[in-house]
Amino acid sequence: MADEWKPKIIGIICNWCSYAGADGAGSARTQYPPDVRIVRVMCTGRIDTLFVLKAFADGADGVLVSGCHFGDCHYLAGNYKAAKRMFLVKSVMQNMGLEHKRFRMTFVSASEGAKWAVVINDVINTVKEIGPSPIAAERKRRGL
Amino acid sequence: MVYSGKKASESNEAPVEPRIGVFICHCGTNIAGSLDVIAVKEYALTLPHVVVSENYAYMCSTPGQNMIHDAIEKDHLTGIVVAACTPRLHEPTFRTATANGGLNPFRFEMANIRDQGSWVHMHDWDGGTEKAKDAVRIAVAKATMLEDLYPMAVPVEHRAMVIGAGVAGIQTSMDLAKAGIETYLIEKEPTIGGRMSQLDKTFPTLDCSQCILSPKMAEAGRMPGIKLYTLAEVEAVEGYIGAFDVTIRRHARGVLTPDEAAARGIVGGGCTGCGDCSQVCPVVRPNSWEFGMAPRKAIYIQHAQVVPLIYTIDFDACVKCGLCETACGTKKAIDLNMEDELFTIKVGTVILATGYETFPIEEKSEWGYKLYDNVISSLEFERLICASGPTIGHLIRPSDGETPKSVGFVLCAGSRDNTGIGKPYCSRFCCMYSLKHAHQVIEKIPGCRAYIFYMDIRSFGKAYEEFYYRIQEEGAKFIRGRVAQIQELPNKNLLVVAEDTLLGMPVEIEVDLVVLAAAVQPTAETEVVRRLFGVSCSADKWLLEAHPKLDPCGTTTAGVYLAGVCQGPKDIPDTVAQAEGAASAASIPIHSGQVELEPYYAQCVEKLCAGCGMCVGQCPYSALSMIVADDGRTVMTVTAAKCKGCGTCGGFCPGGAIRMQHFTSPQILAQIDAFFLGGEQ
Repeated sequence: MADEWKPKIIGIICNWCSYAGADGAGSARTQYPPDVRIVRVMCTGRIDTLFVLKAFADGADGVLVSGCHFGDCHYLAGNYKAAKRMFLVKSVMQNMGLEHKRFRMTFVSASEGAKWAVVINDVINTVKEIGPSPIAAERKRRGL
Repeated sequence: MVYSGKKASESNEAPVEPRIGVFICHCGTNIAGSLDVIAVKEYALTLPHVVVSENYAYMCSTPGQNMIHDAIEKDHLTGIVVAACTPRLHEPTFRTATANGGLNPFRFEMANIRDQGSWVHMHDWDGGTEKAKDAVRIAVAKATMLEDLYPMAVPVEHRAMVIGAGVAGIQTSMDLAKAGIETYLIEKEPTIGGRMSQLDKTFPTLDCSQCILSPKMAEAGRMPGIKLYTLAEVEAVEGYIGAFDVTIRRHARGVLTPDEAAARGIVGGGCTGCGDCSQVCPVVRPNSWEFGMAPRKAIYIQHAQVVPLIYTIDFDACVKCGLCETACGTKKAIDLNMEDELFTIKVGTVILATGYETFPIEEKSEWGYKLYDNVISSLEFERLICASGPTIGHLIRPSDGETPKSVGFVLCAGSRDNTGIGKPYCSRFCCMYSLKHAHQVIEKIPGCRAYIFYMDIRSFGKAYEEFYYRIQEEGAKFIRGRVAQIQELPNKNLLVVAEDTLLGMPVEIEVDLVVLAAAVQPTAETEVVRRLFGVSCSADKWLLEAHPKLDPCGTTTAGVYLAGVCQGPKDIPDTVAQAEGAASAASIPIHSGQVELEPYYAQCVEKLCAGCGMCVGQCPYSALSMIVADDGRTVMTVTAAKCKGCGTCGGFCPGGAIRMQHFTSPQILAQIDAFFLGGEQ
């Protein structure tokens, strides 16, 4: 279907585990839908809640934050700190009128290419079930 | 990195309008076969600040890199975007090309349209093309905001540390020491030698393992360039390439070396390895080095060739009767009150060589290991057939001490096993040592039959296939098929039940002894050391090399290298080869004297800093501290050399006062905006 709605999802992911895992999915030629765009940071600890909220304010249908498994952080504990911080995202999302499920934090290691594909499929399907972001619709209505 | 120039602080030219060049790589058909590179190239020209957009078959080739070089000069570019594979592969290549063109190498940004593009959307031409356009747009948005950065040069300690003193660790240490680098060799056992010292003979040459290893062990033990610490483990790690501070716990040995005795003022004292203490020790324990098949005392050496030749007290078993102290006499080598010692060593680079252990085959209960006396593991076989082993080389069945007349060798015992109990990978050297074992029983016990139950024989190395033929000719029987079950008969013989997949029928063979070629797995300590050094592992927990083809000894932690089986199953030649590679790789930064760290460190924007100090606790490396600024306000400051650039402080700062170079908040927000809000002209 040519006019099927395609969600706009952004993945902000760490260089050492999830980015390497996403590359691993490529090396293994594991196929998944192309609806997620990637921004690379060195560590999920770098991710300011502002980045996630700005993506939603821009009209993101979904946001994925992905890093190393607990205990595996290249910088010792950046992923713990990110995970704690991301709780704040969910409470603000409520005030923005957004469903919690549009945001996801996952842990994919450098060797988990297959898991990366599963995560991406799952995130896309979840967002597709919820439907377009109301903020995106509002931005469109106002011609922004 | 070839680029060098002025410091960031000296650069105060007026901001110029960004001029971005975009280069789309075909990667042969890897990219061009799955998405429309021409459409992506033309799309790039519609983006703000993009003044040139090109496509080329292989951007990483010399002509491809020259395109960047030429465009920088011709079009006065301020930023480069290459849409190609992954920055984890070619970011350094294109940074060099950018620098060669006269631009600061950190003005380069990569769009990953292969590994995370064409390869994962091979059958979605339109979807893949759209995603590639977006990836380029996101990269261009960042490229317009990139600035000149200058790597920090840090000095490198002229010392290295090798963790694990099996054949890999020994080889690496000796190479480093011979190259003039002071090397600390850390081993958790009381002696060096590792698994190889437990083997009887090595395939396919059949030389005696100890005969070729012992001289090396002895040489490593007396080389002035090697500082050997046995019974020692890594407790903590701080620092980075060039200056790792590694804290070592040296477990109490209870026995002084001559040097230690001299340091305590005991003239002519210390352990000489005479063994008088062991003779009088009343406590007997199983020798774990012999897999419990031989006894040892509470004060012991594991075997005759130990290096260093110093006795060790097993304090868990010792009753502190003091008989050993008396027997030791004037050497005064024994200290029953010795305690663990903690000390820190500063080294420039580190090599991990933590080796392997065997998979607990008793978990595969169908084979009866540890249930039936006459089912043994391959390493136990090595000790039983070894002239210096507990039976002086007489292969016996454990149940009655009789010489076996038939032996079954079960290969892939836990390897290539996807049942969830075993390991999915091939343990790689078991085929060859099982062939060697078959040869040994045929040679040593006239008339003894050897049955090899195998799935495939993988004789992959030099002269290995010839060795396989030789064992066939010697009369070993090969049965292709995984063993389903081993049953014990009343006479303690074993019935091996398998399927012969060549005959297409089940077979049952009665043998006197079964040897299981157990799968190998990383040691428990590997996981501890891996986490301390921040090294990734594969799904099977083997340590992950930086690149499987192009950087097999490196890791993603700068200055940390891998040698031997801790990286994946390897036989002795491959282990030694990698150990030499790791020694070479680890010596490069040391001989260079300094390394350049990526300038991804944090900076405090003092006028925005409210001095709350909450960032200080976020930093895992204690790189942040609070100081009083010139205007009297308390602000944060960064010790750049300690900062590893994770950005955890920057992601947390409530005032947005922390600038993470190359990953600044404006740069990240620009990428997010570029995706959702577009940016086409």
